[in-house]
Amino acid sequence: MDYLTFIQLLDSTVRLATPLLLACLAGLFSERAGIFDIGLEGKMLAAAFFSAAIASLTGNVWIGLMAGIGASLLLSGLHGLASITFRGNQLISGVAINFLAAGMTVLIAQDWFQQGGRTPSLVGGARFEGITLPGADAMADTPIIGPLYSELISGHSILVYLAFAAVPLTWWLLYRTRFGLRLRAVGENPASVDTAGISVVGLRYAAVGICGILCGVAGAYLSTALQAGFVKDMSAGRGFIALAALIFAKWRPWYALWATLLFGLFGALETRPDVIEALIGMKVQGQLLGALPYIMTVVILAGFVGKAIPPRAGGEPYVKER
Amino acid sequence: MTLMTKFLGAAAAVALSAGAALAEPALIFDLGGKFDKSFNEAAFAGAQRWAEETGGTFRDIELQSEAQREQALRRFAEAGANPIVMTGFAFADALSQVASDYPDTKFAVVDVNWLDLPNVRGIGFAEHEGSYLVGMMAAQASKSGTVSFIGGMDIPLIRKFACGYAQGAVAADPDVKVIANMTGTTPAAWNDPVKGSELTKAQISQGSDVVFAAAGGTGVGVLQTAADEGILSIGVDSNQNHLHPGKVLTSMLKRVDNAVYDAMKQGTDLETGNFTMTLANGGVGYAMDENNKDLVSAEMQSTVDAAAAKIADGSLTVHDYSSDDSCPALSF
Repeated sequence: MDYLTFIQLLDSTVRLATPLLLACLAGLFSERAGIFDIGLEGKMLAAAFFSAAIASLTGNVWIGLMAGIGASLLLSGLHGLASITFRGNQLISGVAINFLAAGMTVLIAQDWFQQGGRTPSLVGGARFEGITLPGADAMADTPIIGPLYSELISGHSILVYLAFAAVPLTWWLLYRTRFGLRLRAVGENPASVDTAGISVVGLRYAAVGICGILCGVAGAYLSTALQAGFVKDMSAGRGFIALAALIFAKWRPWYALWATLLFGLFGALETRPDVIEALIGMKVQGQLLGALPYIMTVVILAGFVGKAIPPRAGGEPYVKER
Repeated sequence: MTLMTKFLGAAAAVALSAGAALAEPALIFDLGGKFDKSFNEAAFAGAQRWAEETGGTFRDIELQSEAQREQALRRFAEAGANPIVMTGFAFADALSQVASDYPDTKFAVVDVNWLDLPNVRGIGFAEHEGSYLVGMMAAQASKSGTVSFIGGMDIPLIRKFACGYAQGAVAADPDVKVIANMTGTTPAAWNDPVKGSELTKAQISQGSDVVFAAAGGTGVGVLQTAADEGILSIGVDSNQNHLHPGKVLTSMLKRVDNAVYDAMKQGTDLETGNFTMTLANGGVGYAMDENNKDLVSAEMQSTVDAAAAKIADGSLTVHDYSSDDSCPALSF
């Protein structure tokens, strides 16, 4: 494998890891506050559709992004209503959101565009184009660093940089601010947070809201940056892989970055069977790489490598003692 | 109120029985959905053509899950729809269970031609022949000497496409390198354009400059990325040349529309048995229109047409992957 192939593989890794990373961080906020969210997939899908649909109608991708975030927030609100206010089962609510999004997106798309559950192809300003960072073209011919900078670091859409910036931001928010401390506490022991006179419901809604925004960006990235339009079920299980990554990362922001990059690398390797064959000298079925994220998550959960302990109050609705 | 309900009920009953008496044909689409710009859309186009020509109406349903196959079949059969046309190899099992329960209903199934049931018309396609032609065009249009293929779900049918394509490419240029990738092994592989894009980019970095997608909704991502990255692509099933004018070299046509049209036209007198639509009887081919006329040179077209004539008269045989699960020009 030559250096350029290696760079291209990493480039593909970054593209594939970005939606996972955003969804993983979304799940991190929600689950750290004690709200399990298996509706990440559905929220991503709804956001993917609405951002592509509105971008195609207005011709402006930023309005599309806002619409995608709005749609995702709406579903988050629904999840919050069911699991925080009405203390319903969080897993059931999440499943319902996944089904709702899968059906609703296709239905609305068919009604608006009559193209069988897809949006028209986005062109020009209705799409996030790659950003060429300053000096990328000038540096392209420099050995080693040139391709690294111009191919791997430069040339992604702005949402990719946003996603990577979200990692330190999440870390800072969770571990260095009062809000973060309370948010983590509400996922571990909501009763003590309540005793301190802080609203458990308010904090949990805030967490679910942040989760909605991040899922919205993830969905918009799929349909307006990676692709030029929405196709039914285009999230293709990425929300679930993000959940696996969240467990793999033990609910920590920096680990989430490495976990999603690793899973992204598996995805990238799956597209290059020739590279794997050259590296290890035998043919590996692509399916094995596709299943690896799940296999590794099971290994982690089984306690073979380290221990993944979820937030203690996760999945339980908070009932004030009377 | 009670009277009103009775009237409404009676009206509904009349409407239902009227529908049953007419014996409308029904069309069941596979999981890709009616407007996949490809396989199922071709079936829909055929049904539309029948409806416009005869003034008849047909019922249709798009499946959302595997479990609905048998259910949809039974419901249409119970409702008196005849014939019932369905698209996709995955109907084979459901149909073989259902067909004998409704001996008076005729069924037609596209992509399944191995069932032996008295009331079933099985229609297969010689996809390898059509793919061979577009493979020849790909190898001739390629400047890098590398062409590629992206399949949807990894099933023998899609390998048949890939194998025909590779044989055609090698026939046009013996030194050509053919790369083939499959998107996945589950039905989700038909609707994963993001992965289709990544596969396309991976193939471009291996030198490919013509990519053939036989991947349903995933193909939308493949064609988009090919257009963005400035390489040529080849569409499948329906004519997809218009999706990116001037950037889609051609489309491998599989005349599912003709198959559906014929079945509906024959109506309740549907001739049963197994049929194969080949190059010789116009079942497969390649698409030429104003969108790709500048991409295909006269020389390219004449060599392809010569090969098509040879295949049609039997002097050239394209190996069919599904006949022995192996391919002389490509290893999976």
